[in-house]
Amino acid sequence: MLGNWLYIGIFALVALMMPALTIFIAGILSPKRPDPIKNSTYECGVETVGPNWTQIKIQYYVFALVFLIFDVEAVLLFPWAVAYQLLPLYAIIEGVLFLLILVVGFLYAWRKGALEWF
Amino acid sequence: MNGLQVVFLLAALVSLFSAAMVVSARRMMHAALWLVLTLMGVAVIFVTLQSSFFAVVQVLVYVGAIAILIIFSVMLTRRVMEDHGDQILPGWRAAGLVAGLLFAIIVGFLALWQGFTTMLVELPADADNLLDLGQALVSPQGYALPFELASVLLVAALIGAITIAVDRKEDQHG
Repeated sequence: MLGNWLYIGIFALVALMMPALTIFIAGILSPKRPDPIKNSTYECGVETVGPNWTQIKIQYYVFALVFLIFDVEAVLLFPWAVAYQLLPLYAIIEGVLFLLILVVGFLYAWRKGALEWF
Repeated sequence: MNGLQVVFLLAALVSLFSAAMVVSARRMMHAALWLVLTLMGVAVIFVTLQSSFFAVVQVLVYVGAIAILIIFSVMLTRRVMEDHGDQILPGWRAAGLVAGLLFAIIVGFLALWQGFTTMLVELPADADNLLDLGQALVSPQGYALPFELASVLLVAALIGAITIAVDRKEDQHG
């Protein structure tokens, strides 16, 4: 079990090294002649208008909240789904009941328009 | 000192350092990003405890959803929560003393519990704790009732979140 995680750890290290190395190499090799135009903020080649820290829409927050709740639901259902083959019928029904209760919440979110982008 | 202990020490150091940065970073956004690193360090500690499921849950729920939620809330409240002035609490010494005392009391009480000194044993190679968890979660002798109650709790959280965040549209109409 830990051997598998060692592989994931090695992959994580390599993944971290990739961008770090390329930025480091680019930093060594590139000539440095800064001027005000080069140092200005680049935004698709268009000059930036207004402050760069603006308030985002509340929808992002609602979406993140709804996502969090269904994320936790998926986490709770995952062990149930792994043990599916070994479970008796009533245990399967328990899982379905768990889902049905959450469907009520999902319908509520849908009806209230929490999933709409306006 | 074997490899596992080195990994544990590294993960513990990274999480402690970034946890300290969370409370001392000058910008809220930086604090939120340091929090991601802290939570990743805790995930690595779960791995060293051979608790693969909780390591995945830690990354999926805490890093994947809760950290994103915190970053969104920082971005949402940015305009009213500008970082001006000192970020350090004036009475931080007293607060630190109380927090340290509370920590010592909690650790002291936990040390009284006999499970505190249990030595960790490695899981047998064929053990599948995820399968055991899945069966215990729905068996009536196990956690069937908490499992169903968790669903009700999630629905309550969903409805509460929507009521707080979305219903202001109706306030405007009347």
